[in-house]
Amino acid sequence: MNKKISVYPEKCTACRLCELGCSFKKTGEFNPIASRVRVSIFGEEAFYAPIICTQCDEAWCLKACPSGAISRDYGARVVRVDRERCVGCRMCTLACPFGTITYFAPEGKAIKCDECDGQPECVLFCPTGALAYEEESIPTRLKRMETARKLESSSKEVQP
Amino acid sequence: MKGWIGELLRVDLTKGEWKAEELDQNLASKFIGGRGLGSKILFDEVDPKVDPFSPSNKLVMATGPLTGTSASAAGRYMAITKSPLTGTIACSNSGGLFGAEMKFAGFDLIIIEGKAKEPVYLYVEDGKAEIRDGKAIWGKTIDKATDEILSETDMDARVACIGPAGEKLVRFACIINDKHRAAGRSGVGAVMGSKNLKAVAVKGSGSVTVADKEAFRKAALDGFQKIKANPVTSKGLPAYGTCVLVNIINASGIFPTRNFQLSVFEGAEKISGETIADQILIRNRACFACPIGCGRVVKVTDPKYGCFGEGPEYESDWSMGACCGVDNLDAIGKGNYLCDILGIDPISAGVTIACGMELFERGIISAKEVGRSLNFGDADAMVEMVKATGYREGFGDLLAEGSYRLAEKFGHPEYSMTVKKQEFPAYDGRGAQGMGLQYATSNRGACHVRGYMTSPEILGSPVKLDPFETKEKAGWDKTFQDLTAVVDSSGICLFNTFAIGGPEILEYLKAGTGIKMNLDELMKAGERIWNLERLFNLKAGLTGKDDRLPDRLLKEPISSGPAKGKVVELDKMLPEYYQLRGWDKEGVPTKERLRELELE
Repeated sequence: MNKKISVYPEKCTACRLCELGCSFKKTGEFNPIASRVRVSIFGEEAFYAPIICTQCDEAWCLKACPSGAISRDYGARVVRVDRERCVGCRMCTLACPFGTITYFAPEGKAIKCDECDGQPECVLFCPTGALAYEEESIPTRLKRMETARKLESSSKEVQP
Repeated sequence: MKGWIGELLRVDLTKGEWKAEELDQNLASKFIGGRGLGSKILFDEVDPKVDPFSPSNKLVMATGPLTGTSASAAGRYMAITKSPLTGTIACSNSGGLFGAEMKFAGFDLIIIEGKAKEPVYLYVEDGKAEIRDGKAIWGKTIDKATDEILSETDMDARVACIGPAGEKLVRFACIINDKHRAAGRSGVGAVMGSKNLKAVAVKGSGSVTVADKEAFRKAALDGFQKIKANPVTSKGLPAYGTCVLVNIINASGIFPTRNFQLSVFEGAEKISGETIADQILIRNRACFACPIGCGRVVKVTDPKYGCFGEGPEYESDWSMGACCGVDNLDAIGKGNYLCDILGIDPISAGVTIACGMELFERGIISAKEVGRSLNFGDADAMVEMVKATGYREGFGDLLAEGSYRLAEKFGHPEYSMTVKKQEFPAYDGRGAQGMGLQYATSNRGACHVRGYMTSPEILGSPVKLDPFETKEKAGWDKTFQDLTAVVDSSGICLFNTFAIGGPEILEYLKAGTGIKMNLDELMKAGERIWNLERLFNLKAGLTGKDDRLPDRLLKEPISSGPAKGKVVELDKMLPEYYQLRGWDKEGVPTKERLRELELE
């Protein structure tokens, strides 16, 4: 099993419980800016989505880090920040194209998701299944099945 | 302090000054927070006889100790002031994201005093405040004013704002936060308007901490399990929002129709939660930290009533729907949208328009006075009157005074469906006796969220009670009222209580704040808050005589449907209620009870 946090934006209700679960686990306090997952809310478009690190195979943040604080944990299949080595230079935040590694001012360190070593708190707190911890091929498999269904219904429509 | 931030912000708009003050720990423990603590501050600092629109009235915005935590739906804040609608203490409770952000910004409470010379708005960020020029946003609708404040401050700030209705002192104007969430009832927005305060915006990077982390996490997860196991909170509300109630309440024969002339609405199906989901729903939206997610994002595409927003909720669906005899969902959607952008309480707005419709149909007011015909069932008239009310235009200027003052002006106060001058919500007390008693005794006038007796009387939770029975209802009402005061004050949403009750809330509070308390003491705190509100009202000049219902509910039996023949048998319940409350025959708390509650 290659498990990973997957995101289903269409299920998100913008409650932000993921942020609360995460920040509390990581810092012992409730504080959205300490959360490694953040919910983007576009009220006027009725679109909400939790945005979280995808743990890139070739991570921009890792390559940009000058102090060697960011490393890949091959066992856990995540990219980690070593707090002791992080100098708070913020280069990783510039390099990351997704905004999912952030500078946490109260600690002067970069913070990012490490999937809680296989027990992600955000997933536990998500009430709707917008976040799931599952075999990483599942979301793409579901999308292919949806595509196939569309194909099925469209082929039925054109039959005589 | 844990749970609480420990700081309050006091803003004097007359002087244009603000200061941070330390929260009194003893008061916070005794009155929990939110509604309780805010009411205590109002009680201590404001003469209950004050004119609600005078600069001497204060507006307290208060969060609870759980607000901003992961306790279930813990995002609430309350606006507490003296009501210009009822003359009683007002406390209106709202969700969305504002309450939690207020705590992240460093304050448990914001106390607004005095009156600004010119329109202003308040910006609060990380323990500091600024009183900013609000002239450019004065007069603007809530959606537009909110957007402008966000662009002037921070895109992630949260804004609580009044609309044109609050500025024009519509007596049931509300404060709307996050564009769609309302501190809705009793005219708290009009008080804000009377102070020339257009909005309060908050933004913070601070934390909310708790006393016992492990215990708190466990309590939060236990709460979620119970929410998930309960059919109302896990299925009914997420699937259909609060409008899931339309068909249920209509089938129970207590869905007030045409200004309470009937109690079953023939058009209920057309405006039900199921129909909303089918026709206008785009997406579910939750408030902060809420696992239920009852909010509805809707889009009405009808060319005449086209709009985009959140709601209608059960109450607005009913008030502008059944109560006005309107079964056009698109029109109700539009009315609801107008309430959101103009900043008026849709319950009072709809019920006041319904009162106008009855006055019109009875020939007491004419088309000349209204400026048009005003019949029940006229969707266009309803929408037009909502707008006129929000802007106080034409006949709307009279509607803006609320149904009691409207009906009284034309010599027929008996057609006003109000208690203590506040309009009824969407349950006919004649077919649910406990609800009837609750309305009569509610500290802010007619209200369903001071003691939601519909839950046991109709929905069967936590147990099913016979809605027509009067026996034991006084005791149930007292317990529900006291528990609700606790729930509100703690900062979590009342809707939790379908699934969790006193013991769970006690766990949240103990782990969250470190407070040492048992369940009896918690309920006693609720009773203390209830009695404090009562004392405010008595000092404001209200008496036991105000614990009354309109004659329609006391003397006119329901004419058809499952509750046919019923009236509210208030006299059978009220004396027992007073006795259980430890109040004398006039409804005044006895010295002994006040001493027990440490309220002397």
